[in-house]
Amino acid sequence: MRRILVGIKRVVDYSVRVRVKPDGTGVALDGVKMSINPFDEIALEEALRMKERGEADEVVAMSIGPEEAQQQLRTALAMGADRAILVKSDTAVEPLTAAQVFTAIARAEDARLVLVGKQAIDDDANQTGQMLAALWGRPQATFASKVEVLGEVLRVTREVDAGLETLEIDLPAVVTVDLRLNEPRYVKLPDIMKAKKKPLDVKSFADYGVEPTERLKVTLYVAPATRSKGIMVKSVAELVDVLKKKGLA
Amino acid sequence: MSIKVLVVADHDGNKLNAGTARAVKAAVSVPGAEVHVLVLAAAGAAVAAAAAELAGVARVLQADRAENAHLMAATLAPQVVALAAGYTHVFGPSSSFGKDLLPRVAALLGVAQISDLMSVEGTYTFKRPIYAGNAIITVEAPADQVVVATVRTASFEAAADGGQAVIEAVSTTVALPTHTRFVSVQSAKSDRPDLQSAAKVVSGGRALGSKEQFELVFRLADQMGAAVGASRAAVDAGYAPNELQVGQTGKIIAPELYLAVGISGAIQHLTGIKDAKTIVAINKDPEAPIFEVADIGLVADLFVVVPELQATLAAG
Repeated sequence: MRRILVGIKRVVDYSVRVRVKPDGTGVALDGVKMSINPFDEIALEEALRMKERGEADEVVAMSIGPEEAQQQLRTALAMGADRAILVKSDTAVEPLTAAQVFTAIARAEDARLVLVGKQAIDDDANQTGQMLAALWGRPQATFASKVEVLGEVLRVTREVDAGLETLEIDLPAVVTVDLRLNEPRYVKLPDIMKAKKKPLDVKSFADYGVEPTERLKVTLYVAPATRSKGIMVKSVAELVDVLKKKGLA
Repeated sequence: MSIKVLVVADHDGNKLNAGTARAVKAAVSVPGAEVHVLVLAAAGAAVAAAAAELAGVARVLQADRAENAHLMAATLAPQVVALAAGYTHVFGPSSSFGKDLLPRVAALLGVAQISDLMSVEGTYTFKRPIYAGNAIITVEAPADQVVVATVRTASFEAAADGGQAVIEAVSTTVALPTHTRFVSVQSAKSDRPDLQSAAKVVSGGRALGSKEQFELVFRLADQMGAAVGASRAAVDAGYAPNELQVGQTGKIIAPELYLAVGISGAIQHLTGIKDAKTIVAINKDPEAPIFEVADIGLVADLFVVVPELQATLAAG
């Protein structure tokens, strides 16, 4: 069975402007819209396309999160994942804990490929895929903008600071995906109905032998420093004048 | 216990990446730290020499190994782990190199990693941004574990030159995997200043409308001696290559001058420029969010005012 696992994180929707609580204990999340991390949606889309091309047999969506994360997994099933696994956690987990769980799932499921978003847009950590690859002892190709399956090898183009880098990695492997890899499909109503019948297993950390650990302690949340209000100019001549006074033109 | 910080150098085999000097600056600000730089390369003498000149660096470890001809996390991480013994902190710039490598190092060490460290508050206390910079958190790392962190380079000045560190050749015998192989790298060759270290950046957005019209941004940048940046929308539309993207998922920059042309200013873009000293915005939509952060705003059609700006600058 050529199985692809896809990490799906429930996060605050990208369109929500998150605000810090006045007492500095966290960010205000009551009643805000939650969605699949956009990068994870791209990862899932890539897995589905591989299956549709006959390069994979099964796509399994996996998440770590609260009971409500079932909503995001149901969306993943509606997009086309075959089944889903939720590892229940009522608190946010650190990337290393997530990677430990994903490693255990990858082994238990005999995964051929794990696809995850390059970062989650809540903690912006950009770590889980790399950590999973390390713990699993397998290759990683991060920030992927193109993935080709060549038998037992993947050829991955990565968005790096210098431009586009291409690597070849042996399967099984971990790929973290970047924005331009694909455009995820929209979910259709009949697929939402069908998704309700697909299997979604709810598991615990203990099922995978992982003890969730808080290694980093967050002691304070503050709002970022704001820039002071600028000036509006009416013309290019005025703009150039101001720039000259600042020594910038 | 003495505090020793190992900074993993980002480089292209010949030259030190500008982010490395900023990561060194962050390392030097750890109280009481002795700072060493690790250069992993096939033949790293030139890079090691450059690292040795950075102020505050006490020692440069030059780890030459044939497998390091291309910097790949899978082969570098076991070497960093082997060489990190005895260090309390391992830092690297939060470049694509650092972001790829350091989580792999941290996982092999069995420790957490701190991403985009933006200030050092104490030996084990740091600040970093979350939610695209909408919140800044203070994080305490356990004192009994190695602190592995990527440094948000826009938050630190580059370490000055003038250092005279000792360069020491080091070797590792750790077995390296062969499951990851370099194929090629494709980058737009350019004589323009580097986006991440340039003093001035001219950046274009979706309003440019086409790849051809985006040339307007390149011409203005060339005239001003500036680097070129782009919004995600402009890169997605194919007007500019991916390595020019500025923002949450692109490059985070802190130039003296950031001139945003036809960029509306999505929060994900603003997070990449908020450390710029002066932000200038040209946009025909007076409601564009870019004007909320701009120091100088001009509501106008870019296709009219950019040529006018070029003419005015040319006239002196």
